[in-house]
Amino acid sequence: MDATPVKKPQDSPAITPEMVASHGFKGDEYPRLLKILGRDPSITELGIFSVMWSEHCSYKSSRVWLKTLPTTGPQVIQGPGENAGVVDLGDGDCVVFKMESHNHPSYIEPYQGAATGVGGIMRDVFTMGARPVANLNALRFGAPDHPKTRHLVSGVVSGIGGYGNCVGVPTVGGETNFDTGYNNNILVNAMCVGLARSDKIFLSAAKGVGLPVVYVGSKTGRDGIHGATMASAEFDEKSAEKRPTVQVGDPFTEKLLIEACLELMATDAIIAIQDMGAAGLTSSTSEMADKGGVGIALDLDNVPQRESGMTAYEMMLSESQERMLMILKPGREAEAEAIFRKWGLDFAVIGITTDTGRMVVTHHGRIEADLPVPVLADSAPMYERPWVPTVPPKVILPEWVPAPNTLLGTLKTMLAHPQLCSRRWIWEQYDHMVMGDTVVRPGGDAAVVRVHGTKKGLAVTCDVTPRYVAADPAMGTKQAVAETYRNLIAVGADPLAITDNMNFGNPERPEVMGQFVGSVQGMAEACRVLDYPVVSGNVSLYNETNGVSIPPTPAIGGVGLVPDTAHIAEIGLTRSGDVLVLIGREQGWLGQSLYQQIMTETLEGAPPPVDLADELKAGRLVRALIREEKVSAVHDCSDGGLLIAIAEMALAGGNHRSGMGVELFPYEGKLPMHAVWFGEDQGRYVLAVAPGDAEEVIERARLLALPARIVGRTGGDRLALRGEAFLPLDELREAHESWLPRFMSDH
Amino acid sequence: MIRASVIVFPGSNCDRDVKVALEAVTGRPVNMIWHGDAVVPASDLIVLPGGFSYGDYLRCGAMAAHSPIMRDVIAKANAGTPVLGICNGFQILCESGLLPGVLMRNASLRFICRDVWLRVEATDTFFTRAYKPGEVIRVPIAHAEGNYFADPDTLARLEGEKRVAFRYSDQAGNVSTDTCPNGAQHNIAGIVSANRRILGMMPHPERLFESALGGIDGRGVFQSAIESLAAA
Repeated sequence: MDATPVKKPQDSPAITPEMVASHGFKGDEYPRLLKILGRDPSITELGIFSVMWSEHCSYKSSRVWLKTLPTTGPQVIQGPGENAGVVDLGDGDCVVFKMESHNHPSYIEPYQGAATGVGGIMRDVFTMGARPVANLNALRFGAPDHPKTRHLVSGVVSGIGGYGNCVGVPTVGGETNFDTGYNNNILVNAMCVGLARSDKIFLSAAKGVGLPVVYVGSKTGRDGIHGATMASAEFDEKSAEKRPTVQVGDPFTEKLLIEACLELMATDAIIAIQDMGAAGLTSSTSEMADKGGVGIALDLDNVPQRESGMTAYEMMLSESQERMLMILKPGREAEAEAIFRKWGLDFAVIGITTDTGRMVVTHHGRIEADLPVPVLADSAPMYERPWVPTVPPKVILPEWVPAPNTLLGTLKTMLAHPQLCSRRWIWEQYDHMVMGDTVVRPGGDAAVVRVHGTKKGLAVTCDVTPRYVAADPAMGTKQAVAETYRNLIAVGADPLAITDNMNFGNPERPEVMGQFVGSVQGMAEACRVLDYPVVSGNVSLYNETNGVSIPPTPAIGGVGLVPDTAHIAEIGLTRSGDVLVLIGREQGWLGQSLYQQIMTETLEGAPPPVDLADELKAGRLVRALIREEKVSAVHDCSDGGLLIAIAEMALAGGNHRSGMGVELFPYEGKLPMHAVWFGEDQGRYVLAVAPGDAEEVIERARLLALPARIVGRTGGDRLALRGEAFLPLDELREAHESWLPRFMSDH
Repeated sequence: MIRASVIVFPGSNCDRDVKVALEAVTGRPVNMIWHGDAVVPASDLIVLPGGFSYGDYLRCGAMAAHSPIMRDVIAKANAGTPVLGICNGFQILCESGLLPGVLMRNASLRFICRDVWLRVEATDTFFTRAYKPGEVIRVPIAHAEGNYFADPDTLARLEGEKRVAFRYSDQAGNVSTDTCPNGAQHNIAGIVSANRRILGMMPHPERLFESALGGIDGRGVFQSAIESLAAA
C-alpha cells in the first residue's frame, strides 16, 4: 500500500482511543490506518475512513466469496462494480437493475427507512442513464403476534408506496414473509429495474484532469451521519442535538432529479455520474476519482447546505437523500445548470479533478483532509473470516409427516395462513400501473412491463425461501435462484440475469459465515448451470439482535426478456374444459414444507433438492409451449405445493378474476396423498391446455425424460376432489383474502 | 384534426401515459406544455394529468392551481375550451375553482390502486358522449386522496344539474357504500362543469385504453372528445 506521508490537516483535535472505538474500528484496523497514512488522521479523515472501511462500503467480509460468483455472459454489458448491472435486450435496448437492503433504518423508522431504501435503489439505476420502469420489494417481518409487527408492516408498506407512487414508477412485484426469526430485525430489500439504450450507459469513472465536479439535487443536511460517530463529545460539543440516523426521503425531489438527469444525459455533457448513497460525498468522490485514476480537490464552502454551521466532518459523512455528483466536460456547466434550475434543483461546482492523485478537502480555507485516492478507495481490510459449514438435516420421508383428515380443508387452512394468504392488501397500496406499460400485474409468478414503445417486455420477480436456506444454505440458495428462473419462464420470458441481496447475521461468527459461504456456493452453481449470471448485488451483514441472527436470507431478483408481449402466460385459468398438466418430478417432499410448518407446527428435515438440469429442460419446454400458444395458463409449484398452485390459478381465473373451478383428478401412484398435493418438489409447473393438446404436451415432456400427468380439469366455481366435500371458490377466496386486512385493522 | 395539450407540472407522472393514449386514439401528436409557460397554444382540449404535482405538499393540487400556466388554462376553460383533469388533475381543477368540491384522504387512509367499476351517469358531456347511459365500465384508480366532498347545496346542485359523470358501482351497476373505494359522497368518481366541457375524474381512463393493458373501457373518454369535436 502506498504510504505517502502527507501534511497533517490543520488544527484537528487529537484522536483519542474513544474516538477510534466510536468510529467502529476493530482489532488492528486503526494501527493499520496509522501505518498506511504515516501520521495521525484528522477528525474528518477518521470519519472518512470509518465509513470507507465499514462493512457496508468495503464488503470486507464478503468480497473474497463474492468474487467466486459467475458475472459474465454474452448478455452482460456491465456486471458488479458499478451502481447497477446492465444486460442487453437487443435492438440497442438494455435493462439496468439492482436490489439493495434498508433493514436497520426500516426497523428504527419504518416509513422513512423503507421510503429512502426505494429512493436509493432508484438513484442507483438512473445514475446509469436508465429510466426506472419497475420496482419490487422483498419484505421479512417478525411473527404476526409480535407487538411491533403490525406497526412495521404498516410503516414499511406505506413508506414504499409513498415514495414509489409519488416518483411515478410502478411497484409490480415482491414477496412478504412473517417469521419469529425477524422479530427484532426486519428485512426491507428494494429492487429497481430501469431501461436504457446500450450506447448511452453512464459510468462513474472521473477520467480527465481539470474537470468540474458538480453537485446536484437536494441540499446537504446533518441527517444520516452515523449515530455512533455522532456520540463523540470531544469534537462535537457545539452540536448537542443528536439527529436521528435515519434519513428523510423526498420523492418529489427524486422525481425532478430523474427528469433533470435524463434530460442532461440526452446531451453529451456528462463524463461520469454517481449517486450519493451510503457515505454520501465521501464514497462518491473517492470512487469516481479512483476509477478515473485522478485526484480531486473539493471546496466544501460550495456545497449547498440545508443548515448553517456544518463542519467538514458532517458534510463528508452526511447521507442526505436525493443528491448526485457529476463530472462534466469543461465549459458545459451553464448548459447543465440551466436544466437543473428549470427543475428547481440545486446545482453547484464543488471541486475539480486534479493530477495529484489525492483527495484534498477544503473548508473555510482550511485543509480538512488530504489523502491519496488509491489508499482511500482500496485500502480497506479484506477478511477471510473463519467459517464452519452448515450441516443439512437428514432427509425425512413423506410417511413420517402426519396426514390430514381432509385435503381440501387443509388447503383452505393453508391459504388462509399468514405465510400463504393473499398479499393484495400490500400491493394495492402500490401504484402498479403508472407509466402505462404493466401488462402482467402483481399477484402472479412474475410481473411484465413493456419496453416502452416496443412489443418487447421485461419480466421481473424476486424470491427466496428462508426456511430452506436455514436448513441447507447451498441448496436453499440454489432453490431461490431456480425459483426466480421458473417464475420468469412461467410468464414466457427468457431468464437473463439476477441481482442478489444477501441478508445474514454477524460474519465474525463462524456458523453465520458458513451460511454465507454455502449460500454463495449454491448461487454460483445455479447461475452457472442456468446461464443466469449475477450482475449486481448488495450484502447486509450484522442482522442480529442480542446475539441472535436472522434466518439467512439471500433474496434473489430475476429479470427476463419477453420477445413479444403478445405471447405471454398468466396464472389465472381462463378457459373452461381445459386440462391441467403437471410437468416435473414428484417425490412428495414434505421436509421444510409449509404443510409441515402450518399443519404439524414443526420444520425439520432437508429442504427439497433442486435438479438444475431438469430446471433447464422443463423451463425450455414450458417457454416453448407458451410461445406456441399451447397453454391458456401457467403457474410454477412453489410454497405449499401442487394443490396450492392449482388453487391460486383457480382464484386468479375467470372473467375479471372472478374465479374458475377445477375438478381434481385422484392420484393413483404410490406416494401418500398429502405428500402428492402439498409436497414442495422443485422444478414443476402446472399448465392449462386444451384437451386435444394434452397428449402432445405430455409426450414432449417424456421426450425430455420429464414426468408429466393430467391432474385436473377446469370449469365451474369450486374445487372438487373425489371423496371430499366441495370447496366453493368464494369460500376459499374469503379465507385467502381476509387474513391480512383483518390483521392490519385489529387494534 | 385534434390539437390536444397536456400540462406538465413538476411531479406530474401520468403526463406521458395520457399523451400515449391520446395519440393512439386521435392519431394526432399531443403538445406537452410546461407549467412555467404563460400561454397554452390554441388547443381543442387541455389535459391536466395525474401524478403528485409539487409532491402533494401543502394539499393535493393546491400549488399547481397557482402555477403560471393555470391562469391561461382557467381563462381558456372559461371561454369554452374543454379540459380533462385526471386524478391529480381533478384535484387541481377543484383547487383552481373550475370544479366545485374537494378531494379528501381516502376513508381507509391508504393509497389504493386497483380496477373499479364505474356507472356512466351522464353522456351529454364533451368527454362521455361515446358511452351509453348507465353503462358500467372498468377503469383503474390509484390515489390516496379521492374522497370527494362538497357541501349539501353543492351536491344538490351537481345532482340536480346531472353533473355527476361517473359513480363507483359494482359490475352490475349497483351503487352503494360497499361499492365506494374511498368514501366519496354519493359515490362520485367524476363530475363535469356547468357547461359540460370540463371533466374531473379520479379513475385513470388512460390506463385501460388498449387490450394489451387488460381492457379498453377508458378509451371512451378520448373517443368522446373526438366525437364531440366532430359534432361541433
